Amino acid sequence: MPLLDVKGLKTYFYTNRGVVKAVDGASFTVNENEIFCLVGETGCGKSVTALSIMRLIFPPGKILSGKALYKEEDLLKIPESEMQKIRGREISMVFQNPMNSLNPVFTIGYQISEAPTVHFNLSKKEAWKRTTDLIRDVKITDADTRAKCYPHVLSGGMRQRTMMAMMLSCNPNLLIADEPTTSLDVTIQAQILDLLIEIKKKRRMSVILITHNFGLVAEFGDRVAVMYCGKVVEIGDVTTIFRNPLHPYTRGLLRCLPIGYKRKSKLGFIPGTLPSPIDTPSGCSFHPRCEHSTKSCKLREPELVEYEKNHFVACHLYER
Amino acid sequence: MEHLVEVQDLKKSFLTKGGIFGKSSDVKAVDGVDLYLNKGETLGVVGESGCGKTTLGRLVLRLIKPTSGKINFDEVDITNLSERKLLWLRKRTGMVFQDPSASLNPRMNIRSTLKRPLVVHGIKDKNTIQKRIIEMLEKVGLNEDQLERFPHQISGGQQQRVAIARAIMLNPDLVVLDEPTSSLDVSVQAQILNLLLKLQRDLNLTYLFITHDLVVERHVSDRIVVMYCGKILESADTDELLGNTMHPYTVSLFSSTPIPNPHLKSTNRFIVGGEPPSLIHPPRGCRFHPRCPYAEGKCKKVEPKLVEAAKDHFLACHKFEEIDLLTYVKRFWKLMERLN
Ligand SMILES: Nc1ncnc2c1ncn2[C@@H]1O[C@H](COP(=O)(O)OP(=O)(O)OP(=O)(O)O)[C@@H](O)[C@H]1O
Ligand SMILES: Nc1ncnc2c1ncn2[C@@H]1O[C@H](COP(=O)(O)OP(=O)(O)OP(=O)(O)O)[C@@H](O)[C@H]1O
Ligand code: SF4
Ligand code: SF4
Ligand SMILES: [Mg+2]
Ligand SMILES: [Mg+2]
Repeated sequence: MPLLDVKGLKTYFYTNRGVVKAVDGASFTVNENEIFCLVGETGCGKSVTALSIMRLIFPPGKILSGKALYKEEDLLKIPESEMQKIRGREISMVFQNPMNSLNPVFTIGYQISEAPTVHFNLSKKEAWKRTTDLIRDVKITDADTRAKCYPHVLSGGMRQRTMMAMMLSCNPNLLIADEPTTSLDVTIQAQILDLLIEIKKKRRMSVILITHNFGLVAEFGDRVAVMYCGKVVEIGDVTTIFRNPLHPYTRGLLRCLPIGYKRKSKLGFIPGTLPSPIDTPSGCSFHPRCEHSTKSCKLREPELVEYEKNHFVACHLYER
Repeated sequence: MEHLVEVQDLKKSFLTKGGIFGKSSDVKAVDGVDLYLNKGETLGVVGESGCGKTTLGRLVLRLIKPTSGKINFDEVDITNLSERKLLWLRKRTGMVFQDPSASLNPRMNIRSTLKRPLVVHGIKDKNTIQKRIIEMLEKVGLNEDQLERFPHQISGGQQQRVAIARAIMLNPDLVVLDEPTSSLDVSVQAQILNLLLKLQRDLNLTYLFITHDLVVERHVSDRIVVMYCGKILESADTDELLGNTMHPYTVSLFSSTPIPNPHLKSTNRFIVGGEPPSLIHPPRGCRFHPRCPYAEGKCKKVEPKLVEAAKDHFLACHKFEEIDLLTYVKRFWKLMERLN
């Protein structure tokens, strides 16, 4: 049984410009103890999917329909008071820019200890011990001094480590990491992700890694879902998706990567541009850019089906 | 081969105010760089944030004045020329920046953006201007209906096409590309890389291609220089640099770069700890020594010079003859392998 089962999630934003179909029927499952990647280009709905699971969508946004079953409970249905217990203790989220989520007027030690102190009713001394342990867990040296620092004196890498310590402070089962290293240098990115993997193994948690970087997917992911226009178009094991991508969009994306080509030769490309999220194409949203598009692609939306074991695809080419 | 650009012991420091005691201090952004660019080639510059890549690019185009050192462009010493005497250089060079939405003037439509370099260089004839603009639009894959639009009315990829058209408007010899695809999605990146490669072939352009993405750099560059903390630590032909990487920093940089092929996934990567040092007080001796697992006494005292370790392969490390990192390098050899 999966740890998280998202079915037909739809989240729209009702803006002055029109209805933004940010997530438009996305489905996927996350298993226990795995790194599940959500990959796709700008605006395809990765962050909104994560925020919807956390129930952090506010007007003009609205979760219209769908389910997010976590340990058999539908996160989209339970009362807010229960959801508050889930956030942090069961599911935590790390955001792209740590500076926006760290409060500049409190020390990092205070910020790391805040949630567990409330959740677990800890004494001051217990909280401090737990905090310095966590700071050590994320490999910040000199934990006792560092805990008394304010966020602005820390480097980008240190801030992201602090964020991780905060997210881990209540022992979550599922960590949602939304582009956790995009603003960092590659050598620091490698340190942070290696740390994430180590902690994930030690605590046996699952991670949803949101990224637009196929390098990270290949290097760190177990399974991956590819999103396009608010929908999941393909899901599979990372090795399968790279070796045998089925969906024309996934195939196109992989051909765009400058790898496996003779130096300075022409790369594969996907014609056209991403459609506006207000005016998404009918039927299969990829049809205006797809070389295999037929009449029925324009009319009918393909369903996500299991084409081979553990390999799902939403494309009429694979319907039987 | 003829050198279009030659740079010798180039330095640039910026005076920054502030700090705890309000003291001003020198940021040594570029700190003694030697390099050359062959006509018609692409020289890649890789390195992490703040190592001085953009500053180096701006120096080569003399958009800023060096603190010391020497820059030659096509055998003319441009190190100290005044802005008035640099007009010819402006015509023969162009620059494309990372973030097209920030580098294009939001209040200027595409037509005015493209017209401007022509007008600045004294081209007044309306027909000539119109013809040139249309010709360039075609070259970069935009069409005429986009001329009257403003930057916010077109996509990021199209904005970058406009920025490229602007840079090549006057038929330059050299274009500095400062992370031209870093803010773009993979599918848009592929379109822009194809465009840049085609323009280089058609117009015989020389590129200085700045990026922190090794996978992109491997595809576009003929030669690569690796920068760290204002210095060049290693440089060679692309195939030599990736096939025979020697400097511990380069190996760690490459090892840290995620490669989009799960078959090249490696549990045996050379990852160093720590973070890049301050440019105000760079470490004594080898700048990489606080992070280098091989550092020893000499590394902390004496700065290693850039020496030719193999043919046309330069590196700055005291211990390169003793250190063997080839086991970590092997995975880069396979970067050419097909995915599917
Ligand atoms: N608060 C909001 N109000 C209106 N539209 C929104 C809001 N948040 C997101 N959107 C829109 O929803 C769509 C999906 O956004 P989302 O942030 O999920 O994309 P993403 O896949 O995370 O992209 P990126 O890779 O750029 O982070 C986009 O078109 C975005 O503009
Ligand atoms: N005009 C300036 N005034 C003061 N300091 C500057 C100035 N321009 C650059 N610097 C500093 O010089 C150093 C090198 O900056 P530079 O922009 O060249 O780095 P970079 O390698 O291009 O980094 P990035 O990858 O982040 O673009 C940095 O520490 C930067 O803060
Ligand atoms: S459903 Fe049709 S248009 Fe969509 S990806 Fe498949 S073949 Fe292409
Ligand atoms: S000179 Fe010393 S510290 Fe510097 S890279 Fe070489 S071995 Fe490491
Ligand atoms: Mg996002
Ligand atoms: Mg820069």
